[in-house]
Amino acid sequence: MKELVDKYAGKLALHGICDDNEPIIGGLDADIVWSRDGSEQQVLTDIMDNLNINSILFSKPAEPFLSIMDILSRDTDTIYPEDSETRTFLHDIPVAGAFEPEKIIPILKRRKTAVVPGRGIISFGTVSPEQAFVTYSSVCFSLYVKFLTDYYYSIKAGKTLDSHYHEVVRDCIDSYGSFIHEFSSYPVCTGPFHNEEEVAAAMSEAGRLTVSSRMVDSFFGNISCRLGDTVYISQTGSSLDELEGHIDPCPMDGSSSAAVTASSELSAHKSVYQGTGYRAILHGHPKFSVIQSMICDDLDCANRGLCFKKCSRGRHIADVPIVPGEVGTGPTGISTTLPPALSGRGAIVWGHGLFTTGKDDFTDAFASLLDIEKTCFEQYCSFINYR
Amino acid sequence: MIHIMSTSKLYGWTGRILSVNLSDRTHTVINPPIELYKKFIGGKGLAGHYLRPHIMESWDSPTMPLLFFTGPLVNTPSPTSGRMTIMSRSPLTGTVGDTSVGGKLGIHIKKAGWDGIIITGRSDTLCSIKITDDKVSINDAAHLAGMELTPCLNYIGAEGAAALIGPAAENGVLFSTIAVGSHFFAGRGGPGLVMASKNLKYMHVHGTGKTAVHDMDELKKAREEIFRLASASPILRGELGIAEFGTGALFDLMHSRRMMPTKNFTRTHFPSAPDMNAWHYREKYKTKKTGCAGCHILCKKSSANGSPIPEFETMSHFSALLENNNLDLVMEANSLCNELGMDTITAAATLACYAEIYDEKLAPGQITGLLRDIACSEGIGTELKLGSRLFAELMEQPELSMSVKGLEMSAYDPRGAYGMALAYATSTRGACHLRAYPISHEILRKPVATDRFSFSGKARIIKLSEDMNAVIDSLTACKFIFFAASLEEYSRAYSAVTGTASTAQDLMEAGERIYYQERMMNAENGFSIDDDMLPPRFFNEAGSSSKDIAISPLSRDDFKQALLNYYRVRGLSETGMPTEKKSRELGLK
Repeated sequence: MKELVDKYAGKLALHGICDDNEPIIGGLDADIVWSRDGSEQQVLTDIMDNLNINSILFSKPAEPFLSIMDILSRDTDTIYPEDSETRTFLHDIPVAGAFEPEKIIPILKRRKTAVVPGRGIISFGTVSPEQAFVTYSSVCFSLYVKFLTDYYYSIKAGKTLDSHYHEVVRDCIDSYGSFIHEFSSYPVCTGPFHNEEEVAAAMSEAGRLTVSSRMVDSFFGNISCRLGDTVYISQTGSSLDELEGHIDPCPMDGSSSAAVTASSELSAHKSVYQGTGYRAILHGHPKFSVIQSMICDDLDCANRGLCFKKCSRGRHIADVPIVPGEVGTGPTGISTTLPPALSGRGAIVWGHGLFTTGKDDFTDAFASLLDIEKTCFEQYCSFINYR
Repeated sequence: MIHIMSTSKLYGWTGRILSVNLSDRTHTVINPPIELYKKFIGGKGLAGHYLRPHIMESWDSPTMPLLFFTGPLVNTPSPTSGRMTIMSRSPLTGTVGDTSVGGKLGIHIKKAGWDGIIITGRSDTLCSIKITDDKVSINDAAHLAGMELTPCLNYIGAEGAAALIGPAAENGVLFSTIAVGSHFFAGRGGPGLVMASKNLKYMHVHGTGKTAVHDMDELKKAREEIFRLASASPILRGELGIAEFGTGALFDLMHSRRMMPTKNFTRTHFPSAPDMNAWHYREKYKTKKTGCAGCHILCKKSSANGSPIPEFETMSHFSALLENNNLDLVMEANSLCNELGMDTITAAATLACYAEIYDEKLAPGQITGLLRDIACSEGIGTELKLGSRLFAELMEQPELSMSVKGLEMSAYDPRGAYGMALAYATSTRGACHLRAYPISHEILRKPVATDRFSFSGKARIIKLSEDMNAVIDSLTACKFIFFAASLEEYSRAYSAVTGTASTAQDLMEAGERIYYQERMMNAENGFSIDDDMLPPRFFNEAGSSSKDIAISPLSRDDFKQALLNYYRVRGLSETGMPTEKKSRELGLK
């Protein structure tokens, strides 16, 4: 347990969503272990004593997430992001009045997380500290996307925003811009691949790059490669920077269900391979691709509010289509909506993420991931007249 | 026992329990107070409350109740709410004996206006119970003696729903099932034998009423959240998941993880497995989807001619465990067990134990012949019908029964998933995979993956999972949907249906109470730490390792430490006994 709480405390800092030494994670079996000592321990222990959980995480998020959290928490007890992650898994993000057990316990009895303005984000797990880490990371992602999406619509509507709001937007843009433009690593494993070992090595490399380029948060996303009549795909819930041993081989003819642990988007990947000559697919959740997918000026559209499953227009960003799609299967699921759209270098699923393709390997898929995200970033800057 | 019902309108619950006494052929109505419903929810929880005063009686005592209980979500639009609980004291193990079962019986019980049915007494002759809404009649069924499942169902007719026993129960098989329709079976622990001891061949229920829902709009919102999560789940709705392949979807996975019990658990890898997976069943038998009433997952599969396709446990145990590589034989064995009324897991595991004791590989004809011998209580069947533990004891080789508390292990080798090892041991009904189902996180990676070769953290995880599954079986819902959803969404459904505002954590507190009560009942019958133990094989022998996966023997010391940790987390003594303090804290004393 100690190993796990330390691992996920470290990952939060590694992902840039917390500063070093900020996260504190407690893991409980018969006894409790902590990732570090701290003044928060008493409150967190009191909370754990009142909940049927096995781990708890609290941390002040790094900037700009802290400021975003504080702004979105103003005058509300619940934040309602509309991205896919929130809609599917978090439902909403409650706001706690103070970092006190009596304020937080009632919230965590019904939700996985709470934000405490000025203090931080708290989350928990029932099986592993990893759940708390994933929830924390999802909250940061969802708040970021909501903040900048809301900002666009506020500007568009001519609303007056205070100077702090504008400053935080500027911080978001400046920090993200410098990071994405300075990122210069690319895959070196080139195809065509000849065996399972080469495929695994290429997928692991591309997974690590997708994480280090911050094209995903925590482990969200998935990655696959076709070799002959087998699709190799990352397992559901696998961390893209730790793919070794977490890749499922899946026969195209479905003759084995050993890959039942594969990503929920296996069907979408397979359909793309069946309909195209691509050999690699990369899927991440780059922030501005998601934000731009959620910005649509057709305010009177009959499907407004249902964009995650219906779209009246064939929207594009440059050559990249934007399609509706809910996680997984069904008529409005990504497995249905994505494959027809993914005939070129990439496609964006509304409020969810970006899929890109590779002819023989991940070099072009990864390059497209970065390039499309940069295009979305620049388009957003243009939309808000950022200078 | 007549309670005065609250005058306020109930939602979700009907407020009525039917009590039938077969000795004097009378019935009464019990109106439990609302506080009792809130305390035990329904289903497994409420059934446990009514079993507890009788738990020290013999399973065949006329006063031993046989309980059929639904939960508040049953017969509402809440997803996967077509299930129910059947409970009594297990003839096979002597423990609490409950089974969650699907089909449409639960819905008809609820439609008929009952939260549960309690059957006590013993009829002089074989009889049946017919319930149509609030009309109850007890009828002669002597002419159905020895009748198998299909003809008996044909006799009963398609209207409504029925629970029935086969000839195995009438012949004293300790692992007899109660069939619910043609595809659903309450099998583990032998509840069919309790029904047979009451001389009850079948119970038929036909209900026509509706269940009141407090806030339908709110329920629809909860339902939408649950459906969305189910669609996002590869194990549920993915193209390789259980909606497509049934629970057989797990077959390849267990094989690839080197934890498929083979040759009475002497090995964990079966070379013929790739030719016997769910895909082969689909190709050969042209399977169709079916499932419980009101379920959108439809995990049950049937062949083109309507025969049930074996569940994963049956697929695995009637192939790998017996070293059988004949697909048709698995189908036949499954069909025989269903028709004759025997639990497939215990049946196959008892044959595997027999094969090891006699050091022989059973031929196909032997397997089917022995199954018939058991059901008819003929020849060696008179001993095999006692299950593997008593049979192995008779043969003076008790260590060759792969069971805990007398209940045989299912198709997950504990050396390949340490949480499963602990959960087999702590389960209140013996080596059951479903009490905590750690396979969810140790293998299926839901809600997140845990290290399957470590006991670290597992004590608390198992305890929490047992509590959660106790809630699920009390609501009642299907455990499978909890691969995707959680009590966060189901507490919203529960609140919407019943009008009782509850959070996920509130329900977990009820789950802890329900599970602890079972622990108390077992303790009253003498179960303690000595019974929370795996067979020695798992500590002494390795499984079948591959170059990437080592299946080592379990460390006895690590296991014992995990067990002691579990006792601490569960609030039990160091010998696994309930404590006065915890019992009072949970409102059980």
